[in-house]
Amino acid sequence: MNDILTLISAALLVIGSFFALVASIGLLRLPDLYTRMHAASKAGTMGACLMLIALAIHASDVGTMSRALAGVVFFLLTAPVSSHLLAKAAYSVGYRLHSISVMDEMKREDEIQ
Amino acid sequence: MISVAAIFDTSVSLALGILSLSFLVTIYRIVKGPTLPDRILGLDMLVAIAIGFIAVIGIKTGYTLYVDVAIALGLVGFLATVAFARFVLSRGKTEDDILTEAREAASQARREAKVAKRPGQGGATTHATATPAGTGNSSGRQDHE
Repeated sequence: MNDILTLISAALLVIGSFFALVASIGLLRLPDLYTRMHAASKAGTMGACLMLIALAIHASDVGTMSRALAGVVFFLLTAPVSSHLLAKAAYSVGYRLHSISVMDEMKREDEIQ
Repeated sequence: MISVAAIFDTSVSLALGILSLSFLVTIYRIVKGPTLPDRILGLDMLVAIAIGFIAVIGIKTGYTLYVDVAIALGLVGFLATVAFARFVLSRGKTEDDILTEAREAASQARREAKVAKRPGQGGATTHATATPAGTGNSSGRQDHE
């Protein structure tokens, strides 16, 4: 039983770090702020949460486990809020989408050509 | 048959290596990032990767007090991103706007200098018109930096 839990936690560690790597490659390769945000805020949050869950599984006492899970819940709650706020601020200030974007639903009526 | 402990040690080392790689890639984006929101996003991503590091180190050393550090770091990262987003909103202009303003101020200063030079005489008035234009130009450059 203990071995199985250790193996699950090892697998979660590798998967979580792989998600973090995917997020940072997306941050590097995608063309504009909004697509980069989609990579960083989804895959990055997923990676950090998976690694915290691995810590919770590996921990032997209930206190550490509950604190790690509280960290996961907190991170899942705050990450969308902060990236949404940043995207809204950047869009309203006037950072444009990349020219290969096919759709801009927030574009004002008088700007559509 | 490979022992479970060996698999666990290998996966911890693998996770640390992959996390270091993604940390470096994110830092490259922060250094290069053409605009301020790109850098803020990179900072957000760095906080997520640091939380992952803390989790892996906590597993590796068994020192579980690091979980509290991870929670506090998540809170600080969230507040920093929110504050930076408010700053972007209150600054109200993009890097392109700032560049355009600086370029317009520079061409304005050049035009005024040319107009002031054309009469030939009256060195005192030339100085008086050239100096404010020059300061306007340099403050535009400071904004950009």
